[in-house]
Amino acid sequence: MNWMAWTDLTATFFSVIGVILLCMTVYEIKVPCIDRKGFLPISTTRGDRLFIGLLSSAYIHLAFLAFTELSLMIALALSVIWLAVLLRWG
Amino acid sequence: MKKIPNNKAWFLVLPVFLLVAFSAIVPIMTVVNYSVQDIFDQNTAYFVGAEWYREMLRSPRLLDSLLRQFSYSFSVLLIEIPLGIAVALMMPAKGRMASVSLILVAIPLLIPWNVVGTIWQTFSRADIGLFGWSLNAIGIDYNYASNAGDAWFTVLLMDVWHWTSLIALLCYSGLRAIPEAFYQAARIDRASSWAIFRFIQLPRLKSVLVIGVLLRFMDSFMIYTEPFVLTGGGPGNSTTFLSQALTKMAIGQFDIGPAAAFSLIYYLIVLLVCYLFFTIINLQDKAK
Amino acid sequence: MQMNKRKTLGMTAYLLFILVPIYWLLNMSFKRNDEILGALTLWPNDFTFDNYITIFSDPSWYMGYVNSMIYVSMNMAITLVVALPAAYAFSRYKFVGDKHLFFWLLTNRMAPPAVFLLPFFQLYSSVGLFDTHIAVALAHCLFTVPLAVWILEGFISGVPREVDETAFIDGYSFPRFFIRIFLPMIRSGIGVTAFFCFMFSWVELLLAKTLTSVEAKPIAAIMTRTVGAAGIDWGLLSAAGILTIVPGILVIWFVRNHVAKGFALGRV
Repeated sequence: MNWMAWTDLTATFFSVIGVILLCMTVYEIKVPCIDRKGFLPISTTRGDRLFIGLLSSAYIHLAFLAFTELSLMIALALSVIWLAVLLRWG
Repeated sequence: MKKIPNNKAWFLVLPVFLLVAFSAIVPIMTVVNYSVQDIFDQNTAYFVGAEWYREMLRSPRLLDSLLRQFSYSFSVLLIEIPLGIAVALMMPAKGRMASVSLILVAIPLLIPWNVVGTIWQTFSRADIGLFGWSLNAIGIDYNYASNAGDAWFTVLLMDVWHWTSLIALLCYSGLRAIPEAFYQAARIDRASSWAIFRFIQLPRLKSVLVIGVLLRFMDSFMIYTEPFVLTGGGPGNSTTFLSQALTKMAIGQFDIGPAAAFSLIYYLIVLLVCYLFFTIINLQDKAK
Repeated sequence: MQMNKRKTLGMTAYLLFILVPIYWLLNMSFKRNDEILGALTLWPNDFTFDNYITIFSDPSWYMGYVNSMIYVSMNMAITLVVALPAAYAFSRYKFVGDKHLFFWLLTNRMAPPAVFLLPFFQLYSSVGLFDTHIAVALAHCLFTVPLAVWILEGFISGVPREVDETAFIDGYSFPRFFIRIFLPMIRSGIGVTAFFCFMFSWVELLLAKTLTSVEAKPIAAIMTRTVGAAGIDWGLLSAAGILTIVPGILVIWFVRNHVAKGFALGRV
């Protein structure tokens, strides 16, 4: 596995993603969800909102890198809040 | 069709999942790992955090090739989709000629991509290639090896030659699926041929066109082999598209870190475009 | 009919556009190098089979075709075997994560190959598959399988569910029903899927080149070695190119009757 060039940060990142996916799957099996319409222009299921949330979080990070010198911690915090908002009301 | 909820269906999907995951997940994880490090060789790598991303997002060279890529992909779609539909409309519907023209139209799709590059490389040479020579003979100063505009045009023409057939074949079979009764009704109404196209044929083509557009967008967005064989990305940087800029960085200069960072940015862009495309298509399907 | 004349004219123009470059390649493959580079000639003045003889008498040349065909057929077989049940599942059932799995499968076509080559090389070396046909076949599955699932799903959705239910009432087990009844019903779908697998696996160069060195080297990669000290051997390169087109024509010949129905991908 040496050639995969793991770092602590990326290992944590993928573990977190993995755990999120696992939790969502278990949650989905226990409590299946039906799609609903929130503030997003389309009706979405929980999984859709998670995907949109993760994708937009990636773009938030990129925007921070491209246009500001601010720490990425701020971007991370923003993304987490955004993800929570999206999952609850999206 | 109403689908039955049944989680056991996962067993049917599992082989596909494992097979694709093997070739997809490990490499993408590795690329993510590369993108946060400065890599010298197998055993020497330094953690640099998001530095490469910052650098890439602000580097004009790569943003240029991204822009070039978008304009290229849109030109490709803009030419190939209408032309493909036109060819499909012109193709004979039945009989021996139908088979023959089907086979001939399909040929460019089955030629290895570097051979396509080779064909056009010689075919458009101004001194010994038929196409380049003819252009010059009728008074157009054309030389793809030295003129950036000509090179761009040649790559575009090559792509049109290579891939219009895919759209044409998709549309052709879409057209064959329209029942004869539709045309008879149109004839009774004395509909013009434009009206027939607009209100009978085009709606029926929508679903195959979705596939065609998506395939062409994804594939032209990572076009590599053909321009590489044709011009090597030159003259200058005029035909250095994204994949090639990345390859130069990753293999030519062994800057794996930045190249990885950039290809992930690029991946996110394609992901977004395709997700939007998909969502819109699904919305329209539901609206029906 | 005015309309039909215009159609024929347009079609002829397009076919010329398609065929002239191919004729050019054919033309070059019968010439000697000095004639190719010397001047523009519309047909070979000094007709020669030398280029073809070179290819057919040198194992390091013709084995390239054999290698390519081996991994392309492996890829077609693997793809169809795994994609058929999956497409059936996507078409008939709703299950946790189905939509996302489907989208994820498709995203694998979108990854830019350049940077992924190194990890690919490392991955296949570390599991000991480097320079084998199966490695290339598996790597190509990355983009043929998603496409195959997508195409087949369209066809399978076109078969009414009543067919399945009747068969199960008649006492068919799932595998027997699938092979005996279901597969023949989506024949043209399978034909077209195989065509698409062939199309994308046969023409792909980057992955195939990266994952092989000697034993399984594809023809497209061997062709690059015509670049020698004395420049490119155009005649040989063209002959090799012409020979790569031949299998393609055979494949399209076999599926030609399915194309009219099949290429609509069951989605019309």
